[in-house]
Amino acid sequence: MEQLVYKKPDSIRDDFRITFCPGCDHGVAVKLVAEVLDELGVRENTIGIASVGCSVFSYDFFNIDIVEAPHGRSLAVATGVKRSKPDKVVFTYQGDGDLASIGIGETIHAMTRGEKVTAICINNTTYGMTGGQAGPTTLIGQVTTTTTKGRKVEISGYPLKVAEVLKEIDGTAFVARVTLDSPQAIMNAKKCIKKAFEAQLKGLGTGFVEILATCPTNWKMTPQQAHARVRGEMSEVFRPGIYKDKVSEAK
Amino acid sequence: MKKEKELLKGNYAIAQAAIQAGCQSYFGYPITPQSEIGEYLSEKMPENGRVFVAAESEVAAINMLLGAGSTGVKAMTSSSSCAVALMQEGLSFIAGDEIPCVLVSVMRGGPGLGYIYPSQGDYYQATKGGGNGDYKIVTFAPSSVQECVDLTYKCFYVSQKYRTPVCLLADGMLGQMMEPAVVGEYPYEEIDQSSWALDGAKDREPRYIASIEREQETLRKRVVKIFEKYNQILENENLFEKYEIDGAKLVITAFGSIARIAKAAVKMARKKGLKVGLFRPIMLNPFPEKIVAEIAQKVDGILDIELNCGQMLQDIKASIAGVASIPVEFFGRPAGMMMTVEEIYEQIEIAYKKIVEKKYGTACI
Ligand SMILES: Cc1ncc(C[n+]2csc(CCOP(=O)(O)OP(=O)(O)O)c2C)c(N)n1
Ligand code: SF4
Ligand SMILES: [Mg+2]
Repeated sequence: MEQLVYKKPDSIRDDFRITFCPGCDHGVAVKLVAEVLDELGVRENTIGIASVGCSVFSYDFFNIDIVEAPHGRSLAVATGVKRSKPDKVVFTYQGDGDLASIGIGETIHAMTRGEKVTAICINNTTYGMTGGQAGPTTLIGQVTTTTTKGRKVEISGYPLKVAEVLKEIDGTAFVARVTLDSPQAIMNAKKCIKKAFEAQLKGLGTGFVEILATCPTNWKMTPQQAHARVRGEMSEVFRPGIYKDKVSEAK
Repeated sequence: MKKEKELLKGNYAIAQAAIQAGCQSYFGYPITPQSEIGEYLSEKMPENGRVFVAAESEVAAINMLLGAGSTGVKAMTSSSSCAVALMQEGLSFIAGDEIPCVLVSVMRGGPGLGYIYPSQGDYYQATKGGGNGDYKIVTFAPSSVQECVDLTYKCFYVSQKYRTPVCLLADGMLGQMMEPAVVGEYPYEEIDQSSWALDGAKDREPRYIASIEREQETLRKRVVKIFEKYNQILENENLFEKYEIDGAKLVITAFGSIARIAKAAVKMARKKGLKVGLFRPIMLNPFPEKIVAEIAQKVDGILDIELNCGQMLQDIKASIAGVASIPVEFFGRPAGMMMTVEEIYEQIEIAYKKIVEKKYGTACI
């Protein structure tokens, strides 16, 4: 007797093409978002915003309507979509450079307006797509192609703690930081992503999940080493947890 | 329902026309001399069950427009000069994505902050753009409050029909000026956007709106297709005004508000027996090169008049290159003061003497 062990979510294309490097957490994150869309039964009513970064080819895997935003502007594009079509489920899938560096203005103001959208941020502490330069989320001491001797506070300041900043904004309804470094962590991440969508479905405000993710290629690590880094120094600076949960409060 | 003429300020005329045209979503950030558009719409859009969002910047506004337009609704933003500069990246994406939407650009003086006085210094900004890649922003320039209304309608229509961003290029004088005008019914057919717009992949394949394209040949073809569209727009949607062109020896070229003043000067010249005509392109981009070339073959010279240092002038010169070897004189004035009818008439006289009567000695300035 055949047993179905794993079924590809409907929200992933049948002919999906993986554009991520081997061992990259982007792939896991995309799958979790797709599973959540399936489970909430909203795939056919969803418009996704693809951002500029390693996630720019989102339409290669997501089996949903997608519009691409210029680098950093995903939450402004999401605002335009959601306001024009308020009955649609709208989400952004952005890198840390996209959401927290070049797009921090759009991020803060979309959330300040309490846009009923969901934002997923893949924080890999670097600009992955352009080859691993330092950005605002790069850790102190982290070696990148623009901090070859490690990020120095005197030169480029401190890592930006995105979830902590966004939880302070009244318009956010759900804010969490998660990791993908173990099966339990992945299950927890999925729960949080689901809540971030429920925040918009219930009309409570913006749902936000920051995913601490690996970039084995630019970190020059094996996937195992990269996950150890997420568990270790990354989680020490960027504390995983649920920072705000109006979804549960509303239940 | 027959609408009466009323005394209207250009900015309000544009805003009212947007409502009449069925604009569903407006996004904007304040800047003089066009802030009344956003102020008016902040009240009227919600009253009509439509969307007004006070964007946090013009960068955000243009990208909200991108998002709204991708759902097929009629969407608009309005801004001016240094703030339109902030929209250029978004405009390039919107053009590449073939997203319909309307940008109202009410020019003020520049460069930089310049000041709020009328200017035509953003002809280049509108028609040549600061965004990257091969694309055009289709541009219409009104010269009266009534045209602010009529061309706002036209902008929505052309944007929806050809799936392209369209710019209404006005200036501070038009925005602030009051004049009788009628905001009548939207005169164009509604264009169905349902074959491409995003609304969720229900019972159909998912749709992707993206400017990124990995395949070189596909990217090339896409750009070629967009440029074929511009040709169609020029062929089908071109608007211009010709005044006293037949038998004219000297033709004045001018657009927007200054073209009106130039027209009054042409009338004055005609009264004094000078064979002078006026050509006013209303669609500035794509530029009506052929028409300018035809005119150039029949006249002794052209005098181009603009409220800048000579921007449309370059398109005029390019249009006639290789077709007619006639002098193209220029009288321009950058940011600040309007020209009077008399001032323009004086320039016409100088150019006429020089070009038509071959009485040299005085130069245009
Ligand atoms: C306005 C603009 N500036 C710079 C770039 C180049 N660029 C493309 S992706 C990227 C960084 C993406 O980093 P991030 O958002 O963290 O995503 P990741 O690739 O790490 O997932 C940059 C700088 C661009 N496309 N547009
Ligand atoms: S560069 Fe880094 S973030 Fe991008 S796909 Fe490769 S591993 Fe993933
Ligand atoms: Mg990154």
